Amino acid sequence: MTARAPDAPTAPRALSRLRAPEAARGNALHAGAWWLWALGLATAASRTTNPLLLALLVTVAGYVVAARRTDAPWAHSYVAFLKLGLLVLLIRLVFAFFLGSPIPGTHVLVTLPELPLPDWAQGVRVGGRVTAEGMLFAAYDGLKLATLLVCVGAANALASPARLLKSLPGALYEVGVAVVVAMTFAPHLVADVRRLRAARRLRGRADRGVAALLQVGLPVLEGALERSVAVAAAMDARGYGRTAHVPAPVRHATSALVLGGLLGVCVGTYALLTADGAAYGTPLLAAGLAAALAGLRLGGRRSVRSRHRPDRWGVRAWLVAGSGAAVAAATVWADGRWPEALRPATVPLAAPELPLWPAASLLLGLLPAFVAPLPPAPTGPEPERGAERDAEPERRPEPPPYRRPHRSEESP
Amino acid sequence: MIRFEQVSVTYEDAAAPALHGVDLTVPEGELCLLVGPSGVGKSTLLGTVSGLVPHFTGGTLHGRVTVDGRDTRTHRPRELADVVGSVGQDPLAHFVTDTVEDELAYGMESVGLPPYVMRRRVEETLDLLGLAALRERPLATLSGGQQQRVAIGSVLAVHPRVLVLDEPTSALDPGAAEEVLAVLQRLVHDLGTTVLMAEHRLERVVQYADRVLLLPGPGAPPVLGTPEEVMPLSPVRPPVAELGALAGWAPLPLSVRDARRRAAPLRDRLPAAPPRPTRTDPAPGAPPAADVRALTVRRGRADVLRALDLRVRPYETVALMGRNGAGKSTLLGALTGMYEPAGGSVLLGPASLPGGPGTARAPEARAGLLARLRHRPATGREGDTGGRSAVPHRTPPDRLLHHVGLVPQQPLDLLYADTVAAECAAADADAGAAPGSCRALVARLLPDVPDTTHPRDLSEGQRLALALAVILTAAPPLLLLDEPTRGLDYAAKGRLVAVLRELAATGHAIVLATHDVELAAELAHRVVILAEGDVVADGPTPEVVTGSPAFAPQVAKILAPGPWLTVPQVRAALAPDADRAEGAGR
Repeated sequence: MTARAPDAPTAPRALSRLRAPEAARGNALHAGAWWLWALGLATAASRTTNPLLLALLVTVAGYVVAARRTDAPWAHSYVAFLKLGLLVLLIRLVFAFFLGSPIPGTHVLVTLPELPLPDWAQGVRVGGRVTAEGMLFAAYDGLKLATLLVCVGAANALASPARLLKSLPGALYEVGVAVVVAMTFAPHLVADVRRLRAARRLRGRADRGVAALLQVGLPVLEGALERSVAVAAAMDARGYGRTAHVPAPVRHATSALVLGGLLGVCVGTYALLTADGAAYGTPLLAAGLAAALAGLRLGGRRSVRSRHRPDRWGVRAWLVAGSGAAVAAATVWADGRWPEALRPATVPLAAPELPLWPAASLLLGLLPAFVAPLPPAPTGPEPERGAERDAEPERRPEPPPYRRPHRSEESP
Repeated sequence: MIRFEQVSVTYEDAAAPALHGVDLTVPEGELCLLVGPSGVGKSTLLGTVSGLVPHFTGGTLHGRVTVDGRDTRTHRPRELADVVGSVGQDPLAHFVTDTVEDELAYGMESVGLPPYVMRRRVEETLDLLGLAALRERPLATLSGGQQQRVAIGSVLAVHPRVLVLDEPTSALDPGAAEEVLAVLQRLVHDLGTTVLMAEHRLERVVQYADRVLLLPGPGAPPVLGTPEEVMPLSPVRPPVAELGALAGWAPLPLSVRDARRRAAPLRDRLPAAPPRPTRTDPAPGAPPAADVRALTVRRGRADVLRALDLRVRPYETVALMGRNGAGKSTLLGALTGMYEPAGGSVLLGPASLPGGPGTARAPEARAGLLARLRHRPATGREGDTGGRSAVPHRTPPDRLLHHVGLVPQQPLDLLYADTVAAECAAADADAGAAPGSCRALVARLLPDVPDTTHPRDLSEGQRLALALAVILTAAPPLLLLDEPTRGLDYAAKGRLVAVLRELAATGHAIVLATHDVELAAELAHRVVILAEGDVVADGPTPEVVTGSPAFAPQVAKILAPGPWLTVPQVRAALAPDADRAEGAGR
């Protein structure tokens, strides 16, 4: 796929030189590149409701994740986001079914009894006619949301949020660490729930079902609270939040720049949105942004942190980020050119068509699957040494149901 | 290096100070061991050094603590981070990032070291702690010993002048503990780091200590001195020192090597072998309490247990040993039906003790007709009515608990209620036992705990006793304990040993998964060593533990080649009339 090697002496050698290297800490792709790529795909998804194009986007993201994800725990998040996307789609459909849809339609699927609502609730409808057009529109819309989520999931699986954090400006780093530590909380919580549910079995209570989940709730929360206090103490003792001495004028300048900048951004945005403010809106917005950024940079002086091996932004990062940007740009352009293909009409009902050029442009998003460094292959079925301590909740099988029959065990 | 001046700490809502009248200096470049029974304020003392007490925990600190000249009253913990590194009991609660290399760098990043210094120190630390092969690994996938080493490395990389460690080897197998201690000693010798460490398992650490800081009891003044000076006064002593005290050696020996040099006369005084342990044998035809045949358990894609055979009989105590991750907990899980076997079978014995109807009754005898209806098996075929065997993963929990009981690594996992009394009532209801059964057991195991105490406020040993009482309420003939001595001091351990012996004598079969060789020597009739999911050794305790240095208790090493394992054995042999009762269990 890397077809740009014409001047090399012999094609095979040049190809092997261009082939993606094995990923290691030193050549790791900048986490920001993955997020830009994913945001590019998400932008494309937000510009279309064509289910064929959306499905293609999900496939592209899924292929890249499958080709380039590591074995780390966070790399399993793609499937979790996929499920979340399906859930969103389902909820959207359920709402459209019961609450009706503003889309006029003639193909009535079923007529639900309509709930009479008082006058002040005008415009809200519960029950009534469910039309095929309305459901189709809801499905397209839900699919768009689901695709957006899947794009975020892809970024999550390919670049751990903690690595993205390394590239934040110094002034925001501490906040970022707090967010990341909070995010590691969820997996711990899941592991706790599993352990406590297993322990219920030892007390002779059912270990499955909703009741079991609810009854371990309080102990799990108590444990989580204890753990967060312990982590906070450890972070404090390890120097989290150390600050350098900053002279008072610099501190005041920082506050002024950040506040003034944010004010400028707000006013500028407002002006841009009103009809006649475009003339002074743009410069105000730009000035506000510049002031806020300068404030952040100045604020970074307070932080004494240094960075250990930050990710470098190299050619491969440009290619990955660029492929995302290209997908976004192409879709935006196509949206102007063939709006009816990207947003297929649901009234009257018609099967969506696959527009050739927009679809081809989405395939640009596959580039990272060939240029990003290749993660090392998992080293076979190595015995999990950490498994005894509930280390990897993802790989654990559920406690087996006791009703399933098994060949060799017979009660005498 | 560390100066305490008239330090006392009082927590809010506490009647008495947690720490009182500490006035001493820990010199630079020494390994100082903090010793004392549970609840005398060891963790509080460690916390005052890193500044977490009182800045983080609250409470009032009187007096002054200075570390390398910095007063902890005016310096917050984060401002001491470049001087003091502290590592707690649970490495997972220490981690901020998600991979080994980032974790090692985190402390240095906070302190603001330049990148080239960090890069060099990360590499050095990886080598020093033997972590180079793990540098890219996510922390959650490491074993306990590896995690503890990463936690120590992450504070070491900052090059603190003082290292504060709270029970660094309690959760580790003997091999991993040796690794960690070797690293600490290297730090003290090569880098001149001052190490202040609290540890219950003195047999592992006392020979490395330059100084011992003894907190003899709540309110009593602390004693600082060389180990030889302090150990005779200490209420907690490793077996080697106990043996020395018994034999009247002065100064007390602290390492096996010291003791061996002086042990020749003692070896001559002792008879050829200790008396055979008095143990009731089950009736010849009685079914085993647990019968594991060719068991394979798979977690993920890994075979955690491979074609494993194990039979445990009533009246028998078996110690399961082996490094972290060898499959001990998984085997216990399989015995309680948490994992479905991928191959082979697990069969539990009948739900009544072989000791007869007097010691425990089948559930039906105890719980009336209603319970009998509820206990009626769904299929009618594999149901147990007290006299039948059970397949753990197919037995519903409410029947399984009459066959097998497991006290997990963290006893708190078993406790849900907010008072001891409520916990006992719930346990009675779960087990279908007469109201008050559990409370009676608690009263025996934990004599002076009021009904209204919250289980989280109990000490480690008290929680274990409460969890044990909850499990015993259902009178399971097979009792499993996962790492029961973690965090217990010698007194609590002694009480546990007495209780478990009594249970074994009434016909319970007991399986302990443990890293504590002294406990295994004291209690177990049989030791089974697991490695990579296989049984690599299985036999009577004296033969197995004396066969390998890693698993031999200190007394065995000192009195080798004689087959002596514990101090009580030796004491009984030396004074047969006076102390027969104490040695009888062996």
